[in-house]
Amino acid sequence: MKFLAEITEGLGISWSALRANKMRSVLATLGIVIGIVTVTLMGAAINGLNQAFIKNVSAVGADVFYVSRYKWFNASYEDYLNMRKRPKITVVEADALARQLTLADAVAPEADNDDSVKYRTRSASSVDIIGTTEAYLQTSGVDVAAGRFLTAADAEGGQPVCVIGNDVATNLFRTDPPLGQRIKIESQSFLVIGVLAKQGTMFGFSLDNRVIIPLRQYLGLIERDPNIDIQVKAAGLAHLDEAREELEQVMRRVRHLRPDQPDNFSINQQDEIVQWFHKQTATIAVIGLFVTSLALFVGGIGIMNIMFVSVVERTREIGVRKAIGAKRRNILLQFLIEAACICLFGGMIGLSIAWLATLAVTQWLFPASLSGTIVVLSLLVSLLTGVISGFLPAWRAARMDPVEALRSE
Amino acid sequence: MGAETVHALRDVSLEIQRGEYVAIMGPSGSGKSTLMNLIGCLDTPSAGHYGLNGLSISDLDDNQLAEIRNREIGFVFQTFNLLARSDALHNVELPLIYAGVPADDRRQLALEALTQVGLADRIHHKPNELSGGQRQRVAVARALVNQPSILLADEPTGNLDSKTGAEIMALFDDLYRKGNTIIVVTHEEDIAKHARRIIRLRDGLIAGDEKQVEGRKSGVEGKTSSALGSRPSMLDRP
Repeated sequence: MKFLAEITEGLGISWSALRANKMRSVLATLGIVIGIVTVTLMGAAINGLNQAFIKNVSAVGADVFYVSRYKWFNASYEDYLNMRKRPKITVVEADALARQLTLADAVAPEADNDDSVKYRTRSASSVDIIGTTEAYLQTSGVDVAAGRFLTAADAEGGQPVCVIGNDVATNLFRTDPPLGQRIKIESQSFLVIGVLAKQGTMFGFSLDNRVIIPLRQYLGLIERDPNIDIQVKAAGLAHLDEAREELEQVMRRVRHLRPDQPDNFSINQQDEIVQWFHKQTATIAVIGLFVTSLALFVGGIGIMNIMFVSVVERTREIGVRKAIGAKRRNILLQFLIEAACICLFGGMIGLSIAWLATLAVTQWLFPASLSGTIVVLSLLVSLLTGVISGFLPAWRAARMDPVEALRSE
Repeated sequence: MGAETVHALRDVSLEIQRGEYVAIMGPSGSGKSTLMNLIGCLDTPSAGHYGLNGLSISDLDDNQLAEIRNREIGFVFQTFNLLARSDALHNVELPLIYAGVPADDRRQLALEALTQVGLADRIHHKPNELSGGQRQRVAVARALVNQPSILLADEPTGNLDSKTGAEIMALFDDLYRKGNTIIVVTHEEDIAKHARRIIRLRDGLIAGDEKQVEGRKSGVEGKTSSALGSRPSMLDRP
C-alpha cells in the first residue's frame, strides 16, 4: 500500500517533470526511440524470415525421409570425401524399399538433372528435370494446380507425359494454356498433362523451375544409371522413429551390409533443414541484436545525462523532500521512475514506428512480423534501460545532504 | 580544508519545553543556522548531544533522521519551498505520503490543515497562482499536517511585505495558543518579539536567553532554563 503510494507519487512527479521540459524530454527520448526501432525491426525481420521458411518447408512435411548418398548437414570436408566414395543410390534399391517397407505410405525415387526445355521457338535452359513415379505426389508435397499428376501407368513407361512447374509454365508458354501442348527435352517430345501450384523459393532457389517426367523416360533420355534420392513417406507421424529404424535396416539388408560395417548411405529429414536454418538465423540474430543494441546503449547514455541535469536542477526540491521526511529510498525511487517513464515512453513510440516499418518492409522487401514476444521484450528492455541509466543520477540525488540541498539556488 | 577547525557552535546548552514559543536570534555567522539544522534533525552534531522527546538524535543515520523529521518537525522556510508543479493540497499531503498514510486519510488531514491556515478555498491552486502570504500559509499547513512536536520556522517573513508578515506571525501566535511548540529563527527584533523566549547567539555562543511574560496572559513560570555549559542541549518532553 505504501509502496503503491510511492509509485503513484513518482509517476505524478515524472509526468509533470516531463511536461515541464517537453523539448528536452523529446530529445532524450529520441535515442531510446531509435534504439528500440532498430532492435525491434531486427527481431521482426528474423521472425518473418523464420515464419516464411517454416511455411515453405512445411509443404514438404516432417514425415518424409530422404535416402541419399550424402548427409545434408553437419558434415565435415573429410566426411564429404568419404561419402563421395559411397555407392550410388539406385532405382533397383528404390524398388526393393518399396516392396519391403511396412511402415511407409509411399516410396518415390527421384532422379534429377538440369537440362533445357523447348516449346516451339522458345527454350528455357537449366530447368530441373525430375524423373520419378506417381508416388512423388505423396512424398514431395507438390500440389497440382491444373490438369493431373503422373499415374502408375505413366510411370511404367507409357506415353511421354510431363508435369511442369509454375515458372516453366509462365516462361515458356507465357499466355498460352500449357495443358495439351508438347514440350521437347533432348530429342523427345512430352505432352503437358499438369501444372504445379507455385511453391516459392528455398535459399534463393526457385522450386517452380522444374519439369517432372516418368522415371522410365528419364532413364532412357537423360541418365542411364543416375544416383537418385529415395523419398519415403512414413505411415504416420506417431511412429516416425520406428519408420526410420525400419528404413535403415531394410536399406542395409538391400545393400548386404554386415553388422560391423557403417551405413554407406544417409537418411535425411526435413527437421535437419529446420534446425540448420534456425542455427543460421540465431547467429544473425546475435550479431544483429548486438549491433542494434549499441543504438539503445547510446540512447541510455542520453537518458543518464538528462537525468543528471534533472537532479542538479531539482537539488532544492530534493532538499525540501528530505526535510519533510523523504528517505533515500523515496528519492531514489522517484528518479528511477522518471527515467523508466522516459524510456518506456520512448519504447512505445519506437514500437509504433517499428510496427509501421514492418508493414512497409513486408509490402516491398521481405516478410517481417512483430510478435507479442518482441513487443513485450522491447518494452521490458526500454524499462530496464531506464532503470539502469537512471540509477547513477538517482543514487546521487538520494545521497544528497539535505542541508546542502536546501542551501542551493 | 584548512588546518584550523571552525566550530559553528561551542558550549551551547539549552532546553526547550513542550508548548514553548522560542525565537533564536543572531547576526549572520552567529551559528543560528547550524543550531536550527541541529534542532530540525537535518544535521547531527560532530560533538555533543541532542535529545528530542527522549530520543537521542546524535547517533541516528540518514534514514532514521528522515523519519524523525517526518514525525517530529514541521519546517517553514523563508522561500516557502513549495513544489511548483503541485497544487496546495498535494504540497500539504507530501509529508503524509512519506509517512505512509493511506490516500483517503491523507486528503482529509491535508484539508484540515489548509482549513486551519484559512486556505480551504484555495486547495487546487498551484503556488504561482497564490500570493506570497498564501504560499507561506500552505507551507505552514504542510508543516502542521503531521502534527509535529516542533514547528521550526526559518525567517518565515523574510520574503513577505510587513503586512503579510504580520499576518503570518498572527497565525503563529494562534498556533502557539493552541498548544504548538514553535521555534522561529530570525534576525528581526519585531518578529522575535512574538515569542515568549528569545535566545541570542553570537559567534557560536549563547549571548542571552530571556523570557518575555507580556503577551501571554496565563504567563509562564520564569524558569531561567538556559545556561552555558559543557553539556550540550536537551530538548525534552516535560
